[in-house]
Amino acid sequence: MSAEPLPLTEQFQQGLAAPICLTWELTYACNLSCVHCLSSSGRRDPQELTTAECRAVIDELQRMQVFYVNIGGGEPTVRPDFWELVDYATGHDVGVKFSTNGVKITSDVARRLAGRDYVDVQISLDGATPEVNDAVRGPGSYELALRAMRNLAAAGFAGFKISVVMTRHNVGQLEKFKAIADRFGAQLRITRLRPSGRGADVWDELHLRPGQQRELYDWLVAHGADVLTGDSFFHLSGYGGALPGLNLCGAGRVVCLIDPVGDVYACPFAIHPSFLAGNVRDPGGFAGVWRRSELFARLRRPQAGGACESCPAFGSCRGGCMAAKFFTGLPLDGPDPECVKGHGERSLAAAAAAPRPSPDHSHRTASHRAGERRPVPLTLLARPPVTACNANPLAGFAPGALSPP
Amino acid sequence: MADSPTAELTDETVPTGPEDDLAGDLAGDVLVEEVSIDGMCGVY
Amino acid sequence: MACAASTEPAAPFDLDAPWQLDAQVRVRPEAFGALLYHFGTRRLSFLKSPALLAVVRSLATQASARAACTAAGVPPGELPHYARALQTLAASQMIRQREAA
Repeated sequence: MSAEPLPLTEQFQQGLAAPICLTWELTYACNLSCVHCLSSSGRRDPQELTTAECRAVIDELQRMQVFYVNIGGGEPTVRPDFWELVDYATGHDVGVKFSTNGVKITSDVARRLAGRDYVDVQISLDGATPEVNDAVRGPGSYELALRAMRNLAAAGFAGFKISVVMTRHNVGQLEKFKAIADRFGAQLRITRLRPSGRGADVWDELHLRPGQQRELYDWLVAHGADVLTGDSFFHLSGYGGALPGLNLCGAGRVVCLIDPVGDVYACPFAIHPSFLAGNVRDPGGFAGVWRRSELFARLRRPQAGGACESCPAFGSCRGGCMAAKFFTGLPLDGPDPECVKGHGERSLAAAAAAPRPSPDHSHRTASHRAGERRPVPLTLLARPPVTACNANPLAGFAPGALSPP
Repeated sequence: MADSPTAELTDETVPTGPEDDLAGDLAGDVLVEEVSIDGMCGVY
Repeated sequence: MACAASTEPAAPFDLDAPWQLDAQVRVRPEAFGALLYHFGTRRLSFLKSPALLAVVRSLATQASARAACTAAGVPPGELPHYARALQTLAASQMIRQREAA
């Protein structure tokens, strides 16, 4: 038989045997309170998966041949068993990239990481200068990230990621971000701001204006050959052609999220009961959720494009981001709120009330609830502040815990 | 079959096969596609 | 990740040489064919044909790539097509020539 192979977008509609990669948030605890946090993190949830439960998840990922896990949070390194779990994953055929604000990346830790295979590090940074960055991530967070970068570079860890969420205040700093990445031998990664989690409260004032979207797209086309994007800008393909990547919504199809209490969501930008597929503690485990979830079965069927289907850009933009539509109160079978043709802006005028982020693990002192927009004045300690159930966040952490490569 | 953006996918990370061999007769008939492991939306 | 390394695409694929998967490549069968992931380069390849999957999996035990294609039922007229697919995999280090016995 020599039938012509289908495009990948159509292949994936049948679903895959397993995700290709997935995001696993290990904890909702975090030493920071970034204003746009997609997981509304801050306080540890008392129902977090135990170390043994996490190992069982890794065993499943190995059996399913999930190649690569993005471990995030909150701040994943504040879990006492973080390094043990990273070791366990890489020792069981699951590659790891972990996303961190840099709080634990001392020179010692950086040296150990540089000697490890199959572990990649991603440092979050949302401004190329302290003023721009700290306005979003809190006072001192820029220095925290830069220190981690210096330590990784000094330890010879080439190619770690610097990941930036694009906002209207940092989009003018693209060249500066590139310079920071070049300075440390790192790879720049820029991603889209979604109105998810606490992002819902600040989206109006932080998301790119239309002219800035165009600027970003043009920059990526001209200079983005070695800049990663996590395929987060496929909604911009209407400007003139697709950027590199699969250019499709991966939620429930090729990716998903496992949250700190084992809940499985379609993607990390869709942490809400409407996108909850199941829990790894269910009898069928993670594999059962991936294969038999009703939500995922629905997502894997062809999606109605509604009014968008008659638009010439639809073939590549696919109606944009499901989460961006959901959290701005737009219907899923319609334009993205940032549709490059302006159809989203018109829809927003008639939009329903936006759903509230749920669950919400924000610090109780966070001033990020609706109506308050100031960053929290934080004293950044070398150790994170007290969490709900473990006063010493380094309990159980032994410097010698990292196994040799 | 609708046009797909797959042509751009292979351009991103992989040099296309020898141009002299292709002679334009393989449009839409690619057996191997490469995508960066970072090329899937839904991973931050 | 966007990888700067690329081989010159000029050399045609040597169907008559012995080939094998790189030791750091993992193969995951799917309904449409397979996913190949290289743990060293972090590159991901989609094989969009079950026949190509069969070819790739049998490379190490066949005397040549041509023999692997024949054994997988690839019609002779499609060999150039498969050769180009194998060339793509070779260019991204998914497969490599093995030492002749």
